[in-house]
Amino acid sequence: MRVMAQVSMIMALDKCLGCHTCSVTCKQAWTNRTGTEYVWFNNVETRPGLGYPKRYEDQERWKGGWELNKRGRLELKGGNRFKKLFTIFASPVQPEMSDYYEPWTYEYENLTNAPLGDDFPVAKPKSLITGEDTAIDWSANWDDDLGGTYATGHQDPIVEKIRTESEEKIKFEFEKTFMFYLPRICEHCLNPSCMASCPSGAIYKREEDGIVLVDQDRCRGWRQCITGCPYKKIYFNHKSGKAEKCTFCYPRIEHGIPTVCAETCVGRMRYIGIFLYDADKVTEAASVPDEKDLYQSQLDLMLDPFDPTVIAEAKKSGIPSSWIDAAQKSPVYKLAKVWKIALPLHPEYRTMPMVWYVPPLSPIIDLLKEQGHDGESKDNLFGAIDSLRIPVEYLAELFTAGDTGIIVDVLKKLAAMRSYMRDITLGNVGDESIANAVGMTGEEMYEMYRLMAISKYSERYVIPSAHMEEAHNLEEIGCSLDGDGGPGMLYDDAFTGMGDRPVPVSAGSYANTARADGKVDIFMWDGNSRPDAMFPNTSGSKKA
Amino acid sequence: MNFLDHLLWGILPYISIVLLIGGTIWRYKYDQFGWTTRSSQVYESKVLRIASPLFHYGLVGVLGGHIIGLVIPWSWTDAVGISNEMYHLFAIIAGLPFGIAVIVGLAVMIFRRRTNATVFRATTTNDKIMYIFLMGAIVLGVATTVISAFQGHHGHNYRGDISPWFRSLFTFQPDVGLMSNVPMEFKAHIVVAFLLFALWPFTRLVHAFTAPFHYLFRPYIVYRSRGNEGRGARAPRRGWEPMATAAKLSDKSAEEQRRGLHLHRMKK
Repeated sequence: MRVMAQVSMIMALDKCLGCHTCSVTCKQAWTNRTGTEYVWFNNVETRPGLGYPKRYEDQERWKGGWELNKRGRLELKGGNRFKKLFTIFASPVQPEMSDYYEPWTYEYENLTNAPLGDDFPVAKPKSLITGEDTAIDWSANWDDDLGGTYATGHQDPIVEKIRTESEEKIKFEFEKTFMFYLPRICEHCLNPSCMASCPSGAIYKREEDGIVLVDQDRCRGWRQCITGCPYKKIYFNHKSGKAEKCTFCYPRIEHGIPTVCAETCVGRMRYIGIFLYDADKVTEAASVPDEKDLYQSQLDLMLDPFDPTVIAEAKKSGIPSSWIDAAQKSPVYKLAKVWKIALPLHPEYRTMPMVWYVPPLSPIIDLLKEQGHDGESKDNLFGAIDSLRIPVEYLAELFTAGDTGIIVDVLKKLAAMRSYMRDITLGNVGDESIANAVGMTGEEMYEMYRLMAISKYSERYVIPSAHMEEAHNLEEIGCSLDGDGGPGMLYDDAFTGMGDRPVPVSAGSYANTARADGKVDIFMWDGNSRPDAMFPNTSGSKKA
Repeated sequence: MNFLDHLLWGILPYISIVLLIGGTIWRYKYDQFGWTTRSSQVYESKVLRIASPLFHYGLVGVLGGHIIGLVIPWSWTDAVGISNEMYHLFAIIAGLPFGIAVIVGLAVMIFRRRTNATVFRATTTNDKIMYIFLMGAIVLGVATTVISAFQGHHGHNYRGDISPWFRSLFTFQPDVGLMSNVPMEFKAHIVVAFLLFALWPFTRLVHAFTAPFHYLFRPYIVYRSRGNEGRGARAPRRGWEPMATAAKLSDKSAEEQRRGLHLHRMKK
């Protein structure tokens, strides 16, 4: 057993408003640069819908993720190592800009500069790629809120699949429309196929927290990772010629604060915590023959942080005790492993994704209400879940490789929780039989309700900060790659021409906001002190 | 032999090789971030998918041909019973398809680069200068082959002069005299090629030096420790040590920075 820690996120889809605040704040933090105009590390898709980039889930076309070869062993769907090298001169399956969208801006200047005339001046859209006038015909969320779904909805790979499986009925039910939002970031997989695809070995998983990063110095722009990732969550910076991806806001995580997308989530639908898992068993778990067993095999990788053997093994592999504490308080562990209401996105890709989702229940309750039923009565709800085949099948294609049984179980638990809590809210005693019907106790049900509905910041985000005393122990060992001339070496700025590197990322050091030039960063200002730089001395006499 | 001969065949090759090797080391050390293929496939894929493999595979063949022609002495092929006629016939039959692949691939790629607005917009001045020399070397190289093919038996035999001169470069005794009777098209090809080598480390051509053969041998999953870089804010790089008093340095986050610097000094 080799215990490793993984920082992980769970999103409760019922609570997603589809406001895109996460996408916007993420973009402002990470991808508001030339070369990444079209890149959204976090995007929110309306499902059913094509997604971003278009139809990324169609792996017969995009060749992302893993599959089992004839000998039952894991192989990249994009081809083995030899095939990858032989086709390196032009990547055979590569999304183009048009598969994402052509980014644009508006010619706002024209609004004030246009000469006086009979017509109102307009701000024409201009392509950020060519600089020419452009007609906007797609974006990262073009089919938001089912916009245009009459024309494009049938191209959703999942709709396509469940339609061919059950013909007209699906179509009819589907036309009655349901929708939900699916926010997506990098999955920070346990068995990442982007990493396996990288010819340069530039993508790595951090031993301490499992965050998957691209080494910008080692990436050579072969772009095999973009093919390899089935979620299409690695992007090509067309200016720098390097791959970039969601960083799980690692500078923030190291300080024990949540990612930007989670921090700014209006619906409070995101949970961040850590899992302890057995790294030795990952390949085996990803190789189970039946796709429908992948959810269970991944769940089995997650170790019980209260088990004394696990704790002993974790300490042996150098996991600090504050991390073990955090694993015991981890909200993601509770949602995924204890209550089993969170599910991985597309387990059939065999990448062991680590951003999980609590599937949405709301459309069912709303539908029951419209039909004049008591939407929150246990019996009505359980019956409705079974009869509403289509959403369950759709959800199953997203989260369980098509196994509707697991989805129904999860939705029943969520329905039972509402039913159980209604009694308590109305001043009655909680009906234990409701909880028992889904294999839980009333107490567990209440705890689940607390975490799902009213938990505070500190309960939703249990993030142990990085342990630097561990890192300093490494001083004696050093990294073999850090030597002069090595690929991991630190820079020597002797050549000033190369000295204008980006300033190192820093989210923290709040305590140390003073800048060398004496000025004050207003975002870092604690509001209490009175920095001289913010209140210049107008009398002209300089302070000593 | 005049000064120009000495300059072109005795001095230029060395300057060019020094720039090639020295420049590559310098770039590897100081500009890892700029070391990329800078692919334009994200803008346009259809044409590139045909032209780029044509060009690159052709180039591999052409490189092989050059090694055989320049490195293996005439006397060796004679010794194993390959006549000069057989050698040249083989060189034309095996080499020409590769040469054509390279020139067609390059022509299509340059046409694409010029006519596709997005690709052209992503083309830097550095790229344009590089393309002039790359195209020059390749066109002149194919020209030498075509001209000798038309001349048949009267064609210039580069194995008698250019190859021995090339090998003499490696012993640091360049036999400049050998180059005096070499036809113009060969001379031009060689000069442009050496200029291209000198330019190489400073262009995107460096991607050839990091062809990822190690991909065949590395494990699929790569784990790396966050290492000793400090938390959140990274240790400042050399030349960016903050000025501070002892009191300031006793502050915890400043302490971390100082440790980063301390590490730095240990390595030196």
